[in-house]
Amino acid sequence: MELYLQTLANGISLGSLYALIAIGYTMVYGILRLINFAHADLLMVAGYIAFYGIMVFALPWWFSFLIAIALTALLGVSIEKIAYRPLRNAPRISVLISAIGVSFLLENLGIVAIGARPKSFPRPEELVWNIKLGDISFLSLTVIIPIVTLLLLVAVTYMVNKTKTGTAMRAVSRDFETASLMAVDVNKVVSTTFLVGSSLAAVGGILYSLQYPQIDPLMGVFPGLKCFIAAVMGGIGSIPGAMLGGFILGMGEVFLVAFMPELSGYRDAFAFVILIFILLFKPTGILGENVVEKV
Amino acid sequence: MDSRQNIKRLLTLGLILLSCLVLFFAQGFLSSFNIRILNLAAIFVILGASMNLVLGFTGMFSLGHAGFMCVGAYVSAILTMSPASKELIYYMEPIIPPLANVHWPVFPAIVMAGVVAAFFGFLIGFPALRLRDDYLAIATLGFGEIIRIIVTNTITITNGSLGLKDIPSIKSLWIYWGFAIATIWILKQLINSSWGYAFKAIRDNEIAAEAMGIDVFKHKLLSFTVGAFFAGLAGALMGHLITSVDPTMFRFLFTFQILLIIVLGGLGSLTGSVIAGVVVTVSMEFLRFVEQPINLFGLIIPGIPGMRMVIFSLLLLMVILFYRQGLMGTREFNWDWILDKLGVARRKERGVA
Repeated sequence: MELYLQTLANGISLGSLYALIAIGYTMVYGILRLINFAHADLLMVAGYIAFYGIMVFALPWWFSFLIAIALTALLGVSIEKIAYRPLRNAPRISVLISAIGVSFLLENLGIVAIGARPKSFPRPEELVWNIKLGDISFLSLTVIIPIVTLLLLVAVTYMVNKTKTGTAMRAVSRDFETASLMAVDVNKVVSTTFLVGSSLAAVGGILYSLQYPQIDPLMGVFPGLKCFIAAVMGGIGSIPGAMLGGFILGMGEVFLVAFMPELSGYRDAFAFVILIFILLFKPTGILGENVVEKV
Repeated sequence: MDSRQNIKRLLTLGLILLSCLVLFFAQGFLSSFNIRILNLAAIFVILGASMNLVLGFTGMFSLGHAGFMCVGAYVSAILTMSPASKELIYYMEPIIPPLANVHWPVFPAIVMAGVVAAFFGFLIGFPALRLRDDYLAIATLGFGEIIRIIVTNTITITNGSLGLKDIPSIKSLWIYWGFAIATIWILKQLINSSWGYAFKAIRDNEIAAEAMGIDVFKHKLLSFTVGAFFAGLAGALMGHLITSVDPTMFRFLFTFQILLIIVLGGLGSLTGSVIAGVVVTVSMEFLRFVEQPINLFGLIIPGIPGMRMVIFSLLLLMVILFYRQGLMGTREFNWDWILDKLGVARRKERGVA
């Protein structure tokens, strides 16, 4: 029972982290129909900026986190401007190659600038402490991560569904050209999408670094891939879908490791196996819409 | 008989002789380190050409090449290692009995590696090729990772994360370049056959190709399986070149390097893949100096590990952003072009019979 509760708590925490990152993928995919491979590396960038803010510049942790989020968001927007925008009318394969190129560039710049050796991420005392509840004890993060995620999810959902920017976003994701005919500034909408998505990735990256306090230049790769899978699972382009997919994936992973330890070597393969099944049997995901390609 | 045909045939013969001569002298006079680089280049030529078949000619964005290489490398390694060294290397858990005593010659083992990789390609392609573009990319990437994870965990077959050592070494340029040239020739024949035209039709417009009566799925599967075959072959050669394999070797980095080669050379040009394969591999080795400390007139600049990959990612971005067709576009090397430049007239066009 204790193990069960403990695992459930861990699952919720990891699941909400995945959900947070998956939203960034789903938003970008919804608008540009592009897997933003660089999204995964934004986690790493945010982690490192926060790390240097605290350890080198001795900033208070909250201020350093804010700076990390702002800079990462800026980076996300610039990536779109430099590497994706010029290719908007090019074949889709070109944009994908460009995305992979950016991702590789960021990872290797990371290795060049800060070295491949993992660094241990500082855990501020005000943020991370042990909570004892009867027989189970857990880190405060197990509670903080889902709360932060929930708040951000509500904010994003509100923005997409109720504000004018959100309406424009939905219009652009439906139909690029028609939206621009309706006097929607497509470029601005795309930039806003990257801004929001990248900020969420930054928050996700910081929370991830707090939860697993070892950061290295390739730390974003696996969580990134898994979160993309989560987004596909929930139905890419759909924000509630991304949340659902993130939770299922996080929970599934934690339960797999806790209750079938002999399979834990296959932990990272688990997500891909799920992805392949989803793509085969319901390629639109759980909450996705069916789109038929027309000539 | 057209005299131009004769000229071309002579030129081709000359080129073959010339390359044999170059190989002969390279084998005799280059240091073993340089020969190794040239061998590596041959492997990347095979990889580039095979991935180009899948991505450049058939338009399927598959990122699973490293996984197929992994399969090929392991198959050939397990088949060719001597039973004695297997006993030594599998000290954690012994290898399962049927594999413990196999001891094949190198050549059939390499071909077998390709066949097994092709079989994996067929199995994976069957479900995955229903997907397109980004979905296919992420699914094949996933398969590549899954293969790697399975290899890490099936210790009684692959020795797990410890990897395999003492794989019979091949040093001769003839074998690597022989395989490379054979690969290019086979792929060229395939691309110029009716199958190849179907591949290009699918790449250009899948729906239109289907409307013209092309069985899209069958052709995609063929292209994917052939691509996997040559990736497995190249993986096996890689194993014999460095004489050891382990699962971490076949990370996504490999696929990235191959992607760089085909983008640089031109998506849809075998000639481009050959040129870029050699250039990228050689410059990769040449650029090693940027990662080592340099002593410049008494000023010591520390080496920066990872710098090469930064340079290459930037290069990839530059090419894809500003010069998308790459070196060759979809053009191929042919004698007609050269003869035209040299002013050798075409008879038929002049109307002389």
